[in-house]
Amino acid sequence: MSEKNVVTAIRDALHDEMAADDRVILLGEDVGNRGGVFRISAGWMEEFGEDRVIDTPLAESGIVGVAIGMALRGLLPVAEIQFADFIHPAFDQIVSEAARLRYRSNGAFGCPLVIRAPCGGGIHGALYHSQSIEAFYAHVPGIKVVMPSTPADAAGMLRSALRDPDPVLFLEHKKTYRAVKGEVPDGSYEIPIGPADVKREGTDLTCVSYGYSLHTCLDAAARLQEDEGISIEVVDVRTISPLDTETIVASVRKTAKAIVVYEDNRSFGAGAEIVATIAEEAMFDLDAPIVRVGAPDIPAMPFATPLEHFFMEPEPDQIYRRMRDLAHH
Amino acid sequence: MYRTILTARLLDEAALRQNRMGRAPFVVPAEGHEACQVGTAWVMRKGVDVWVPYYRDGAVVLAAGMTPFEIFLGIFAKADDPSSGGRQMPSHWGHKGLDIISGSSPIATQIPHAAGIAYAIKYRQEDAVVGCWFGDGATSEGDWHEGLNFAGIHRLPVIFVCENNQYAISVPQAKQMAVDNVADRAEGYGFPGVVVDGNDVLACYGAMKQAHERARAGEGPTLIECKTYRFLGHTSDDDDKTYRPRDEVEEARHNDPVHVFGEYLRTQEVLDDVGAEELRLEIKGEIDTALAAAWDAADPTPESAMRHVFFEGEA
Repeated sequence: MSEKNVVTAIRDALHDEMAADDRVILLGEDVGNRGGVFRISAGWMEEFGEDRVIDTPLAESGIVGVAIGMALRGLLPVAEIQFADFIHPAFDQIVSEAARLRYRSNGAFGCPLVIRAPCGGGIHGALYHSQSIEAFYAHVPGIKVVMPSTPADAAGMLRSALRDPDPVLFLEHKKTYRAVKGEVPDGSYEIPIGPADVKREGTDLTCVSYGYSLHTCLDAAARLQEDEGISIEVVDVRTISPLDTETIVASVRKTAKAIVVYEDNRSFGAGAEIVATIAEEAMFDLDAPIVRVGAPDIPAMPFATPLEHFFMEPEPDQIYRRMRDLAHH
Repeated sequence: MYRTILTARLLDEAALRQNRMGRAPFVVPAEGHEACQVGTAWVMRKGVDVWVPYYRDGAVVLAAGMTPFEIFLGIFAKADDPSSGGRQMPSHWGHKGLDIISGSSPIATQIPHAAGIAYAIKYRQEDAVVGCWFGDGATSEGDWHEGLNFAGIHRLPVIFVCENNQYAISVPQAKQMAVDNVADRAEGYGFPGVVVDGNDVLACYGAMKQAHERARAGEGPTLIECKTYRFLGHTSDDDDKTYRPRDEVEEARHNDPVHVFGEYLRTQEVLDDVGAEELRLEIKGEIDTALAAAWDAADPTPESAMRHVFFEGEA
């Protein structure tokens, strides 16, 4: 065990995978000379060679498209999209190609591809360095979408993503990169893609979240325990698609109350799917209406500090307050 | 070579008849493209090189080793269709055993794939070449640029073959690009571009041969532009009379690649009228047999629609 932040955990895990298997190739903008804008691959071009740490032209669709070709020929490419906000030109390659290759070839071809993309806001990234993109891809069959939020999960799930025979969109919330620290087991352990994780056990209500919001929820849950003795169970979705409905529903059946919290725009976000699942499968176990907390439906996120704060939290301490209201319902 | 060209033509005609009979909802004729497809594909080494075709490449995949039976399994959307098990529209080729990479409908998305496959080949120092085919419309897509640019930067063993039939469905070349030759664009990517008569199968073969040697020698990609013409509509659902004058189509038919190559073989005295007719009847018989067998093959079961979204284990 050693304490790391999220970005270091990702760096170390990816480094070890590259060292262990020369099929693993990293390609993206500024990943070579510069070592990545978040310094994840600093020094790797020298260590692993220019042919394994590829500074690509500035062309996101091409990055993903070329990586698909590499995967089709037996390599294990990790395509880095510098910021998730810039992934949109690659939508066609991800949705029409990577996610459909296996289905459209009736299982003959597969696409073991990892697309890494730093996402999310709260870091003064403004309109084009703050977006949440998970819902676009979670809607698409054939690609797995994950967003680990702790250093241990990030390292373990990255290894699982690299060993997955299908494409995985690996989302890294930028605000967790350095702000979130935690113990990381030694060795090349894996955290499977799929299962959600109960990050805090409780009995009075269930909070379902992921990404940086998860940590806001954990913080609010700890304070409510201390302030009012309210016991909150916090479920970390971790894998957004395919969604682990079993863990979520089991927790809600136990506590009989549910609040779903996510950073993305509220409408049509991943939280809507979670709420719908709870409504379908646990309606008669509920003692109160499900609460959904998402961002206002405005573009994520305006730059000025008060505007950014408004996007992240329209009312001060809103998660704490919404949890408390639900507990007292 | 002539046999494959003629097979492609007769297969197209048979498929179109099936469409008009209501037995095949959708077909994509290659008529007019046979010489550039077979000429370029003939250079590729089966079992070694990788094929990245687009949907009009019926003759390319025949040259790669797909059989008329397999092609009709796709046309009738049967369970054993090697391309997709009846999941895709016909002509969306794929054949794992023949190294024909599965393709889609969006245009030019396969270009970066070809570059990526070629990168992996070069990375592992393998002796294989990627052949990548597309139409003139594809050259307008961003993916086309991104794929060629990447291939040029890394001097990859890939050959880009443009089957320029002068129309992207209905849009003529003049509204697709401001240059006369697609091949001229190769200069912008740092590798050679060549223009060949797409109705001359041997010219296409020669250009491809040179490109293949360049690729194997580590000298990088080549862009080959085959000037040709599509005799029929874009697909069985298209009516080209709405955008192409009939006399233009008739004029193009004078250069019908099947006829041109047949005449050439006669002048070389390797084919005569009797031999040509015998060959035609033999191929027609093969196609009729393949068609009937494919028609009788099993449909996919409805429940099988749920399968192969993700990996299900080794078959």
